[in-house]
Amino acid sequence: MTTFLGMPTTSPRGVGHLRGDEAFPAAARKALGNAQLRRNLGHATTTIRAKSGAVIAELPDWQELRTAGSALKTDTMARLPELLAQLEENVTAAGGVVHWAADANEANRIVTELVQATGETRVIKVKSMATQEIALNEALEAAGIEPVETDLAELIVQLGHDKPSHILVPAIHRNRAEIREIFLREMPGVDPALTDEPVILAGAARRYLRETFLSTKVAVSGANFAVAETGTLAVLESEGNGRMCLTLPETLITVMGIEKLVPTWQDLEVFLQLLPRASTGERMNPYTSMWTGVTPGDGPQNFHLVLLDNGRTAVLADEVGRQALHCIRCSACLNVCPVYERTGGHAYGSVYPGPIGAVLSPQLTGVEDNASLPYASSLCGACFDACPVKIDIPSILVHLRNEAPHPRGERAAMHAAAYTMDHPRLYAAAQHAAKLSRLAGRRLPPPLSGWTASRDLPDPPPETFRDWWAKR
Amino acid sequence: MNSRELILGRIRAALGDTAPPAEIPRDYRRGDEPADLDRLVERLEDYKAVVHRGVPVAETVAALAPAPLIVPPGIDPDWLPVGVDVLRDEGLSAGTLAGAGGVLTAATVAVAETGTIVLDGSPGQGRRIISLLPDLHICVVRADQVVASVPAALARLDPRRPLTWISGPSATSDIELNRVEGVHGPRRLHVILLEAPS
Repeated sequence: MTTFLGMPTTSPRGVGHLRGDEAFPAAARKALGNAQLRRNLGHATTTIRAKSGAVIAELPDWQELRTAGSALKTDTMARLPELLAQLEENVTAAGGVVHWAADANEANRIVTELVQATGETRVIKVKSMATQEIALNEALEAAGIEPVETDLAELIVQLGHDKPSHILVPAIHRNRAEIREIFLREMPGVDPALTDEPVILAGAARRYLRETFLSTKVAVSGANFAVAETGTLAVLESEGNGRMCLTLPETLITVMGIEKLVPTWQDLEVFLQLLPRASTGERMNPYTSMWTGVTPGDGPQNFHLVLLDNGRTAVLADEVGRQALHCIRCSACLNVCPVYERTGGHAYGSVYPGPIGAVLSPQLTGVEDNASLPYASSLCGACFDACPVKIDIPSILVHLRNEAPHPRGERAAMHAAAYTMDHPRLYAAAQHAAKLSRLAGRRLPPPLSGWTASRDLPDPPPETFRDWWAKR
Repeated sequence: MNSRELILGRIRAALGDTAPPAEIPRDYRRGDEPADLDRLVERLEDYKAVVHRGVPVAETVAALAPAPLIVPPGIDPDWLPVGVDVLRDEGLSAGTLAGAGGVLTAATVAVAETGTIVLDGSPGQGRRIISLLPDLHICVVRADQVVASVPAALARLDPRRPLTWISGPSATSDIELNRVEGVHGPRRLHVILLEAPS
């Protein structure tokens, strides 16, 4: 295959977690059979919707913030080359080293080599979608480096030999009783008298990870925002594991998608208000860390920033779909989605589940590799309303449905329908023919019977509008 | 072609002649109004911080009896409690910090609307690690450091400094999406609010 250098390119196959093992309908069918999963998801999403709604209602200017956030991201995308160069210049001037990774393989290689150069064989990690996307943990393990996830939900997933199912809370599919069982089974040195009270479970994670935090010399993080104007990186978190990873080690490696930057320091005033309220339903998350390069005598003295493409330029090339890159990974769209609430995140097959995943994953991989995801939606539009940066997810879904490969029979039928509708006489004849179907009942014959298996065929009217009009 | 040029070339090809929007609509509140101290206290307490208002610092710290108490260089000497073992941070080890009873710091900015305090590592606030490892963080905030909302806070902060925004004690929403306090950061956060200029 010829690769045209400099052309926007999708994420390569065979690496990372953007493609599922099976199509969404098959995976969803299995998930729907799991009553415990549905109860856990229903409980969690109901809780977060109420919390988020309450703190959003406190702000009289929420819509104005959304509008500003949307415009800022549109501006960022349009000026991405100059802003990335500006970010690189400012990070470098502050003592950091910037690396560019065209895809998952290159990013994994860069991070692995940076860790190997330190001579360390263990890294602590603060939750990062980008490193999940590229399967960095698997790459590190293959090189003999142990990655330790320190976010509580990521830890639950890692200890449970499980996969993440939500952008913000990867273990949302587990309830407190299941978490207790995982800790008892998998956490070395855990108190056998552990109860399932959330505060007790959190305390167990604190004790388990403390020594690891104090003794590990390399950390890997993602980033919520990077400010081009100043070279500042920001990580928003709750538990303090982020602060541990960003403060204690000697070396910090941050992996960030090229779309996550904002132009100016002032622009953070919009996103720092939007993200916590839309995400965890808090006025502000417990901890936000911001750093610019290296600070002598405080925190890691070696800082590396890895800028990741991995299909993002292919998303940017689609004028309708590119707004998916505005996503700030709050997960509000998951929490309001009637499809996500019932199937959970695993059915989407990608680290990006829910409505945003249904538009982002197919674009990152090429629609042919995630052809069922644009259909994993009822197009109800709740995601659009919930999105803090006003991404029009339903419109992108419809757009991607047009891009997705369709079965030959369906394409032939649609072409025939289009031809008929273009020709008034044919159309009138077809309408008359449709009236005859009143005699045929409410089931279509094969191969269209699949459509009527779960739907009633509407009754064609006894008289067409054209006939009625002609009589007047 | 190196990856930097490759990616930048891909981006330019993807964008074509896309033009940025003419201007960014900033019709949201800019936080120009005076800060409401009552609101700061209410929001701090809502996220489980303990607030001491209009009380002498040294006596309040002494009553909490953290032993030993870590303090950063440049801490106001009037704040130091009598009868408490005080360790000044001049490069203390992580182990010593983790075993300390508490830490006393100043702050740079506080945000009333979100119940947030921000530390920037200047004198009196210290290295980021000292307010992270001890299980109790006592933070002194002056009334003139309190701003109404996030935009006003950012305007006062210097992005070149390492910044830590703190809203309540360490917490998680990872178990059934409900907030519970007490994971890796300090599990107790006490804020002493000084109303008269010190």
